[in-house]
Amino acid sequence: MKTRNLLLGVAGLLLVACSQPTDHRQGVYMLLDTSGTYTQELTKAQSIMNYVLAKLDSADVFAVARIDTASFSEKDIIAKVSFDEQPSRANQQKRAFLENINRFVRDVKSSTYTDITGGLLQGVEFLREAGTGNKTILIFSDMKEEIPEGYVRDVPLDLKGIQVVALNVTKLRGDNIDPREYAGRLEAWRSKVENAGGHWRVINDLERLEAIIQN
Amino acid sequence: MSAEGWYLLFPDAPGVSIAVLVVLAMVTLYLARIPVHQAIRSVTRALRNGMRLTARSLELLEQRLVARNREVLLSAGREAAERVVEREFERVEAAVNRDLSDYPALHRRLSAAIQRIEEDYQSHAESPPAPEDWVHAVDTIAKISSPRDTMAKVLKDIQASIERDQALALAEYRKATTARHRLLSRAMPHWRHLVKGIDSVSVALNRLLERSRSIDRYVEEYRSIVRGDERAERALSSSSLTQFFIAGLVLAIAVGGALVNFHLIARPLQEMVGGSAYIAGFKVSQVAALVIILMEIAMGLFFMEAMRVTRLFPVIAALDDRLRIRMGWAAFVLLFILASVEAGLAYMREILAQDDAALIAQLAGSADAAVVSQQWITSAAQMGMGFILPFALTFVAIPLESFIHAARTVFGVLAVLALRAFAFLFRLGGNVCHHLGALLIQVYDILAFAPLGIERLIASRGEMDKTARPGKVAEV
Repeated sequence: MKTRNLLLGVAGLLLVACSQPTDHRQGVYMLLDTSGTYTQELTKAQSIMNYVLAKLDSADVFAVARIDTASFSEKDIIAKVSFDEQPSRANQQKRAFLENINRFVRDVKSSTYTDITGGLLQGVEFLREAGTGNKTILIFSDMKEEIPEGYVRDVPLDLKGIQVVALNVTKLRGDNIDPREYAGRLEAWRSKVENAGGHWRVINDLERLEAIIQN
Repeated sequence: MSAEGWYLLFPDAPGVSIAVLVVLAMVTLYLARIPVHQAIRSVTRALRNGMRLTARSLELLEQRLVARNREVLLSAGREAAERVVEREFERVEAAVNRDLSDYPALHRRLSAAIQRIEEDYQSHAESPPAPEDWVHAVDTIAKISSPRDTMAKVLKDIQASIERDQALALAEYRKATTARHRLLSRAMPHWRHLVKGIDSVSVALNRLLERSRSIDRYVEEYRSIVRGDERAERALSSSSLTQFFIAGLVLAIAVGGALVNFHLIARPLQEMVGGSAYIAGFKVSQVAALVIILMEIAMGLFFMEAMRVTRLFPVIAALDDRLRIRMGWAAFVLLFILASVEAGLAYMREILAQDDAALIAQLAGSADAAVVSQQWITSAAQMGMGFILPFALTFVAIPLESFIHAARTVFGVLAVLALRAFAFLFRLGGNVCHHLGALLIQVYDILAFAPLGIERLIASRGEMDKTARPGKVAEV
């Protein structure tokens, strides 16, 4: 009887261990600011995308979208991919993805407005749908939001379990005159993300990209 | 009254308040002295007794463990000695089969050679020359009375005849001697053959004698172990410790080999089982690689067991010889297949590594991946390692067996040491509790020193009165 109970206990433990697998897949959604003169910075974004591609593994998900006048749209997604289970096929997918991105950077046209919140909403929707274990939104922008009249972006965000990383947040002319503007802008985004349950980070030094994807 | 001075009975006179409080505390301590002393004694005694009891139990357990260790050690030693003696007998059997199995044939050959030598000896014996018949004839002729000339002529004829016969006899004698010499020289190879045969028998017998002396020594050791001699126990214990460390070292090397093996096959296995699936926090590909390596080790164990190199599984050792050898072959074939699979995976790994390197180079912006010349050397080396390592891991069975056997003794000794240390600590703790109780009582008495001093004063006066009273009676 004791042996039977022991066996049942062990089997139960094994079932519990197997029935609650941790999802190790990475989901990365990258937003590229295409407004105004920021398009000139896109070559830097290319190196970040290459780094992310090198870091991502089988079954991970990666998408790149642009931030333009109205970014809450699937049409703004430039390229997206769910990598195959087989690493060799995933490598082929990475090559194809790279081609798409290079084409976009070559032919990009700048937009008038910068709808970062719309892009963020689209990113959240995409990552939630992908259902990966780790979710990261990379925002390659100066973080200066300019929304056209009539667009409502004061909507509640749900960023629980999502890491938001602002990359290459360049200083604008006004920031140079009054640095508080720059700090205030970043602080406003930090509180917005953290109030929505997300984790906020800023990486301006593109030599320190190793911490870009959470493990 | 402020919160800070709540204890002051007379807020205006803190000194008086404190003095009153001290006096009250001392009186309280004095009044509670006996029950507090009893309580301290009870608690410390209980702690001390508990700890001593625990220490005693641990000591008894240690004694039992020592006896068990001795039993295990002697049993292992007896088994090892039995195995050594058994091996020696097997070697003796093999030597007898090899060297002395053809002894009857050798004996026959030696007898034949001796017989032939005997015959040759007989045939070459020198035959004495035939008695000279003509000597009697000369005597007879000499006695004949006849004219001197006739006699002389006859004698001359006889002389001539004798000389001719003598020459013939000499020639005959020389011929016979030559024939005898030829016979003797023909006997030489038989002699050599005889000597060689006897020498080989002598070498075989000497070897057997050496073996028998070794067996005597081993049997003596075995008897010593069976008797449970202290010397044998010490020797076994020392040998066991040495075995433990040596086997541990070899196992550590084997683990290193297994790790190399693991890295050779983990990456290509991702292509088969996927790169994102996890089991209990580990990638499925890594688990699969580990399972393959463990299967190889298991096959190696079975192979070694079937070859009777190790004795980890009594069931295999007890199998019928034919079945056991078949099992050994089966294990070997499976091992060979697994090794071939590993060689293939190792080759695939190289191809995948090249693809990864090309992609990284593309992502880094360089046009082409750096092409390494002599790439085939890396591929061949990886394939070779992938094929050889499983077979190398087969030999893990030998140190593993030694390690398991030695570990029983070593861990037993460590457990004894741990029990001894705990028993000492509990005993020490018990004594510390005892003395701590005495110290607490002393400290308590120090705190209530004033009432105790008064008590002592009163008691001494009482004593003085008692001693003074008989004096007064005497004076009366």
